[in-house]
Amino acid sequence: MIEFTPRKIQSSFWTILSPIISITMTILIGSLIFKILSYPVIESLYQVFVSPFSRPDRIADIFVKACPLIIIGLGLIFCFKANIWNIGAEGQFILGALCAGSFALLFPETKTYTLLFSMFLIGFVGGAIWASIPAILKVRLNVNEILVSLMLVYVAMLFIDFVVRGPLRDPMSFGFPLSKVYPDGAIISKVDFPFIGFLGQFHYGIFITLILCPLIWFFINKTLPGFQIKIFGSSARASEFAGFNKNKITIYVLLVSGGLSGVAGVIEVSANMGRLQPEVSFGYGFTAIIVAFLGRLNPYGVVIAGIIIATAKLGADNAQMVLGIPKVVTGIFEGMLLFFLLAGETIQKYKISIRKDN
Amino acid sequence: MTNNLDAMTFIEVKNLSKTFDQFLANDSISLNIKKGEIHALLGENGAGKSTLVKCLYGVVKPTAGQILINDNHVIINNPREARSYGIGMVFQHFSLFPALTVSENILISLDEKITKKHLEDKISITAKQWGLSIEPTKKVLDLSVGEQQRVEIIRCLLQNPKLLIMDEPTSVLSPQEINQLFKVLRKLANSGCSILYISHKLNEIKQIASKVTILRSGKVISSTDTSKISTTSMAEKMIGKKVKKITKISKSSYLNLSTAISINNLNRKKLSQFGTELKKISFNVKYGEILGIAGVAGNGQVELMNALSGETLGDPDEIIFENKKIGNTNIKFRRNLGLEFVPEERNGHATVPDITLTENTFLTFYNAYSKNNNFLDNILLSSNMSSNDSISIIKDNDVRCPYSNPLADQLSGGNLQKFIVGRSLKANPKVLIISQPTWGVDIGAASEIRSKLLLLAKAGKAIILISQDLDEIYEISNKICVINNGSLSTPKITSKISATDIGILMGIN
Repeated sequence: MIEFTPRKIQSSFWTILSPIISITMTILIGSLIFKILSYPVIESLYQVFVSPFSRPDRIADIFVKACPLIIIGLGLIFCFKANIWNIGAEGQFILGALCAGSFALLFPETKTYTLLFSMFLIGFVGGAIWASIPAILKVRLNVNEILVSLMLVYVAMLFIDFVVRGPLRDPMSFGFPLSKVYPDGAIISKVDFPFIGFLGQFHYGIFITLILCPLIWFFINKTLPGFQIKIFGSSARASEFAGFNKNKITIYVLLVSGGLSGVAGVIEVSANMGRLQPEVSFGYGFTAIIVAFLGRLNPYGVVIAGIIIATAKLGADNAQMVLGIPKVVTGIFEGMLLFFLLAGETIQKYKISIRKDN
Repeated sequence: MTNNLDAMTFIEVKNLSKTFDQFLANDSISLNIKKGEIHALLGENGAGKSTLVKCLYGVVKPTAGQILINDNHVIINNPREARSYGIGMVFQHFSLFPALTVSENILISLDEKITKKHLEDKISITAKQWGLSIEPTKKVLDLSVGEQQRVEIIRCLLQNPKLLIMDEPTSVLSPQEINQLFKVLRKLANSGCSILYISHKLNEIKQIASKVTILRSGKVISSTDTSKISTTSMAEKMIGKKVKKITKISKSSYLNLSTAISINNLNRKKLSQFGTELKKISFNVKYGEILGIAGVAGNGQVELMNALSGETLGDPDEIIFENKKIGNTNIKFRRNLGLEFVPEERNGHATVPDITLTENTFLTFYNAYSKNNNFLDNILLSSNMSSNDSISIIKDNDVRCPYSNPLADQLSGGNLQKFIVGRSLKANPKVLIISQPTWGVDIGAASEIRSKLLLLAKAGKAIILISQDLDEIYEISNKICVINNGSLSTPKITSKISATDIGILMGIN
């Protein structure tokens, strides 16, 4: 019988070794899969793991890809730490982008910084409102937030689809479901690095993650509202015994998380698309759930996890473009990576021994 | 008690040891139980009683040592084998399916094949023979705790056991039920069946057992006839040090005191499907007084605690504290007024297991701290005050920590309870409402906690003590009432209410 005994003290040996083992295992088993599917093993591995780092502009694009994942993931920390299962970040992302975009298109004359600032604010509010629906239903009627938030994703998708085909369609778009291009003031520009120039799509929005991460770390670890989330998630009865209001906590974590998803939506559209279209997200809201857990619900961990997942996604793109390896195959890589990282966590936390008798 | 001096030994344990990892749970234990003997096994939590018994019943395999039954070496690999050797066991926590009937429950656990009708007859005959009244066709969920225990006993008796192991059998019973159980046990012993009786209640052991073996830290400390040892020296041997005597305040000094808190017609709905509805509960507690609320578990104690603490709310005038109607106020508000609470559940209610003691101090104190702080200090977690307070709680209450400021779940149950009680005393409450303060706590820690409560009452504070432990209630309360099925009896002065009265109020005859 295999026995798991919790380690009293975290072993630093295993803490360092377990991610290395996880990545090695992913590479080994991944090679096996490439071999079985008769793709060139070394070349495939190079495309998936190395090519995203092979040029400065590609490295910059990792950050571009990671940016929305990290911002949504940072918001999800609030919910998941409180044991509130917000699965609808995708919808909140869309609503944030939609609200901010509508504002930019309706008031294109607003001054640059006022316009961008208002868009962030409106995007936050838009995402928060979308998240407030599961929050209020949960508090008032005890409706499961997983179902409501998830179903609202599809409502949001259909809603933005309607808006760009109907009220906000650009008359000059030749029938394509696209809005007008944003006014210049609503665009987040690319970073013109001194001496280097532009690097891929690297834009100023990425710096927002750098500000948000320490801010959220401080909030969660050093303030009373942050402490309340942790206690509420760890034991709800103790949190009530302490006198924390569970309804307030439920509502506020969902609002913060929805708001941050909304902000991620604003950045993504303003920096990379410049107009509203039926598809503004590529599953960022769902992928960010993995990012939040892979980052162990720690803001700095989420940044690292966001970069890892973004790298995997870009590596998959490259492998598809260069070698024609279908995305599903590289999707297996992401799955394996996640699987082994979580399995590695078990080795860190538990001592595993095999006993013969009962 | 029967005279068993020349009786034969049924089971003998020789130098039995059991280690878990590095931990030595049983350290070369030797024990011998004669036929028809009621043999008590006494020890604190963690002394190794359960491990020893599990070895006998084949649940756990000993690391070293021998077990002899009727002078033959045996190796007991699993409970089924134990049963085939004539060993039966009644666990502290019953393993019955509530939705099945008595006979169905017994049927699924029997090793032999038998029809239900035949079994029902057999149950009735066995029940009659031993005086265990039970209806075989009743569903277990309709049975009281005492009746459920009878089902477990009958289940063992049907296998004609030579040795019956009973693990803390009286912890859930009313005084009347305990007497009934003892009658059955004596009858069994007289018929030649040995009984291994595990308990930490000294009076009971004196009353029922002829021999007692005392365990401490996995070793046998003493094994003698119960007639040759006093309860005090049993207790001392069990905990390894002297037990302090504690004294109640005399009756006269509290009779003229003013009312601290009064509860008037308090009603609450069930918390869950298996909860109990509170019906028109009314009582007063004066300053300097301890009111004991006795009752069998699951009769509304949890609901009452929640109503008193403000975790469930009702009408304002249901609870009146110093002329303020507070029945609809939350726990934070009540703490501000000077009420303090110790709920029954230590982990996950009174404390959060995975945070430090300092943080756990902050948990119930942050509101008090906020009075002296400015806005920014209240948003930021300032750990200074809670750190100082938790250090002094640990010191004042002799909380043994593995290292300074450990996580709550790294303390043993008794030490964590001392910390929780200490934390509530540190708040300097006017009224303390405390539920099952010494449940699962070893006797040393329990007596410390009880004397702290008496000191608090002596200092003129009011205490409401909800407890299943009748000895505890008698030991420290000035007045006693009983909660039964969500209703509370009228409080009576301790000296004027007998254990029999309490049993009747518990609704069991």
